[in-house]
Amino acid sequence: MVELYEGSLNVPEILTRWYADEAEHNYGAYIPFVGTVREEDGIEGLSFDVYEPILTAWFEAWVAKAAPMGATLKMAHSRGDVLVHESSYIAAVFSPKRRVALETIEKFVEDFKASAPIWKYDLKNGARIYAAERSTPISGAGLLGSNE
Amino acid sequence: MVTIEFLGPIQKAAITMEAASLRDVAEVLKQDSELAQWIESCAVAVNDTLVGSLDTPLKSGDKVSLLPPVCGG
Repeated sequence: MVELYEGSLNVPEILTRWYADEAEHNYGAYIPFVGTVREEDGIEGLSFDVYEPILTAWFEAWVAKAAPMGATLKMAHSRGDVLVHESSYIAAVFSPKRRVALETIEKFVEDFKASAPIWKYDLKNGARIYAAERSTPISGAGLLGSNE
Repeated sequence: MVTIEFLGPIQKAAITMEAASLRDVAEVLKQDSELAQWIESCAVAVNDTLVGSLDTPLKSGDKVSLLPPVCGG
């Protein structure tokens, strides 16, 4: 299940709870990735729109892909405004051995950046500005403009 | 009737139209000047599943979603 929160994430609470949830499941590795908003280009923070139905389907497909490797995935993300030095994203992998967890967290986070239906905005001078240059078209984009 | 919704930064309210396939939707949306900057960069979902063909059939009650470029994290 994807955990969605209004505003910034309570990182210690989430990481501790996930650790406790899986503590008795014989995993040898727990690798969390925490995304924190950096001070850059004078932004006050970032803001996010999330489209939950497709995000959930994307995440569940990853859970199914990780399961045969013995790995469990977890994810939390913010909606709305997250200020500089607060965190908006946590992904984590649990697996019996470190190699699967290390490889899976990289692939999972990279595919998240390319595919998850989440839109980012800079908060600057009181405005909410779509981060167009930093955004990636989802695979298959442009269908409506094609002639196939 | 099919509902077309525009996600994320596309500042446009949902619309409804008669359409038998995604090709019909494309023909209408390509004429919409508000969408000119988005058509080439959007992925398309039908009933919350991403699709890859303009021949995707549509029936009354279906929902078509336009997903502009993403940047989570």
